[in-house]
Amino acid sequence: MIRTLQQLLGLGLAVGLAARPVAGADLRDPYFGEALYHAYQGQYFDALERLDTELAQYRSLDEPELDTLHYHINGAEFSVGDFELDYRMHQRAGRAIKAVLEGAVDEAVRNEAAFRLARIQFQKDQLDDALHALARIEGTVPGEIRDDVEFLRANIYMATGRPGEAVAVLKPLQSDESLAGFAAYNLGIALLQDGHPQEAIEQLDKAGRLAADDRTSLAIRDKSNLVLGSMLFESGDFERAKQSLDRIRVEGPFSNQALLRAGWAEASAQQYDRALVPWNILVDREPTDVAVQEAMLAVPRAYASLNLNGRAAITYGRALELFNKQIERVDASIGSIREGQFLKALIREESRQDNDWVIRLRSLPEAPETYYLMELMASHDFQTALHNYLDLEDLKARLMAWKTSLDAFDDVIRLRGQNYEPLLPEVDAQFRELDSRMRLRLEQRKHLGERLQAMLTAPRPDYLATAEEQIAGDRIALIGKQLGDSDGPESLALRQRAARLSGALTWRLETEYHERLTAAHLHLNELNAQVDALTRQYDAFVRTRQAATHSYVGYDTQIEGLRERVGDALQRVDTVMARQGQMIETVAIDQLNARRERLAAQQTQARYGVADSYDRAARAEPGAGGR
Amino acid sequence: MRMNIRSIPFARLLCSLALLLCLGSAHGGEQKNDQQRMRGLDEEVQEIKSDVLRIAEELRRLEEKLLYPSGTQLAIFVALVKGDQMRLDAVRLQIDGQLVAHYIYSSKELEALRKGGVQRIYVGNVATGDHQLEVLVDGKLEGGADFSRTEHFALRKEVKPKLVGLTLAGPTSGNAPIAIGEW
Repeated sequence: MIRTLQQLLGLGLAVGLAARPVAGADLRDPYFGEALYHAYQGQYFDALERLDTELAQYRSLDEPELDTLHYHINGAEFSVGDFELDYRMHQRAGRAIKAVLEGAVDEAVRNEAAFRLARIQFQKDQLDDALHALARIEGTVPGEIRDDVEFLRANIYMATGRPGEAVAVLKPLQSDESLAGFAAYNLGIALLQDGHPQEAIEQLDKAGRLAADDRTSLAIRDKSNLVLGSMLFESGDFERAKQSLDRIRVEGPFSNQALLRAGWAEASAQQYDRALVPWNILVDREPTDVAVQEAMLAVPRAYASLNLNGRAAITYGRALELFNKQIERVDASIGSIREGQFLKALIREESRQDNDWVIRLRSLPEAPETYYLMELMASHDFQTALHNYLDLEDLKARLMAWKTSLDAFDDVIRLRGQNYEPLLPEVDAQFRELDSRMRLRLEQRKHLGERLQAMLTAPRPDYLATAEEQIAGDRIALIGKQLGDSDGPESLALRQRAARLSGALTWRLETEYHERLTAAHLHLNELNAQVDALTRQYDAFVRTRQAATHSYVGYDTQIEGLRERVGDALQRVDTVMARQGQMIETVAIDQLNARRERLAAQQTQARYGVADSYDRAARAEPGAGGR
Repeated sequence: MRMNIRSIPFARLLCSLALLLCLGSAHGGEQKNDQQRMRGLDEEVQEIKSDVLRIAEELRRLEEKLLYPSGTQLAIFVALVKGDQMRLDAVRLQIDGQLVAHYIYSSKELEALRKGGVQRIYVGNVATGDHQLEVLVDGKLEGGADFSRTEHFALRKEVKPKLVGLTLAGPTSGNAPIAIGEW
């Protein structure tokens, strides 16, 4: 009993450690939101993969403050730590938070980072580091974590064997409603460890009477009553022990132990008939439960103590039957585990539909190996091993899918190559021709623009002559040249006519110059719009052309590298999974063998009890009138 | 969204109970060895997890580059208005009249959205230029009445990746049932 009591005390250290990711205020980074979406569904691999990628990209930016993740960067770093813990990656957990702690952040953020780091280190059993992290908290502590910090500090003190200091920390926390059940229970345990049993009893009594409505608070209240009941039982205060045990819910997780101990409390006070009340409730419960099996023997012993030997014989007989059956079940479980059925049951999809999948395993059909799973799950290490096995199974499925994806990528690349390679040379040739024509036009446009610009300061009407006018001007000049310097009257008349025509042309060019210059500018602007559209098309073509090449060139090395890494990882997963599975099976079989030994001992006791009861009944019959 | 560090999963309590009730066995030495071997394996598993996560990251980058290049990438995300109690059943998306996503939500996914998670409902490729997005939302209101709403939005895809956020709300929340935003 003392051993059990010592074990009971452990729970206070485990509370208050479930962390939830932090999104902060309004979400601005969709990928961080996506990581949270996965984390909230317990898909921590996906959550980590998203967030790791985002954080890596963020850290590689030249101006990270322009990135949307910047608004959530502290929350993201905190969340990575939480996800890593949830995904049982304790070695990595805390690194990101340490980075926040070392960075230039304000006091409140630094304090929260220190708290979160301490919590991770506490969970990793690095108690000195956890205390060191808490020591870094100074100045303003965010209100919402103030009590949590102290509660964690108290837990660390208790884990490091400093219950006196834990008491001092826990006392002021009793007024925090949200911590009430845990703080009250832990204070009781700290007082007990600090050598104040009487105060501990009073404190646990308070914790056992606290109002509670959610199942977590109800469970911790039950727990307080169970510990209190056990302590009072140890101290011989059976009546009070019974009162405390009676407060435990009949259907709660501690009810079987409570019923068993309530019975023992009555039996120790020689109230065997009253002891039979809880024990008779208990014997109808799940027969694989230790408390139920113990009650199976306790009931006939109580009848025997009441000299109801006939009843004792019958109930010993029932116990014997139960132990025989349970031994068969344990044997079946061992056989089933040896055949690999346990591991198969573990990875069955329906066994993982809810958070309590481990408990649900018991109710799976055709899985006798899971009957005693509660006991197997007793060890944290065993539980971790089970989860790791499932994680490896999940990783294996992912790696297999990626292997297929890489093959598909190869296909995509090959098909794209087959499609583009015959097309691209012709497209490129056409493009080169269009490109040279376009460059020529652009050059011409540039030249025109410069000319018009120059004409604003140095007018050149001849530049704005129409083609017709230019031809006419040339012809007049030619006629003038052909007429030469002849002094004949005809030649003179013709020269005058040519001069008049030339004058008329010049007059027109000079007088219409401004109008023509304005029109030329307008046309040039219109041309600009056309050139812009052409440039956009040109850029789009260049991008598409590049994308075409990028869609199938340059992936070979990366894909080959990834294929190799996926293959290596698959091999490692297979190896470790086999070892992990074997370890789980071995430990499970060891535990079941231990359980079998106990059942065998109980079976012997029951067998002896049956015989003894019949003897006593037979001896009592003539004188006692058939009692 | 502030974490609640006090919440203990019930299963954990049950497991703790199992721990408390675990049988004292005569195999203490063996158990210790098993424990050490289990921890050794646990460390190996953690290393594998790290490696696989690194592969996943690289694979994701490769996948994006290969299948959803930035020039054509369009990603559509779904979020719920904070505190909204509408039970989202399904979202259907059409781009330029083509059905691209029709998602039916499980209770777990709905809960994740309610807590502030964001779902990437669609990632694909569209050409630069103007597009039409049709969003249909089916759900149930708090009172159990059916709720269905369809909205049309114009999208302009530029050269860079386009990230579109759809924020959904029940009609009684005072918010637009389907609001579109750019991330």
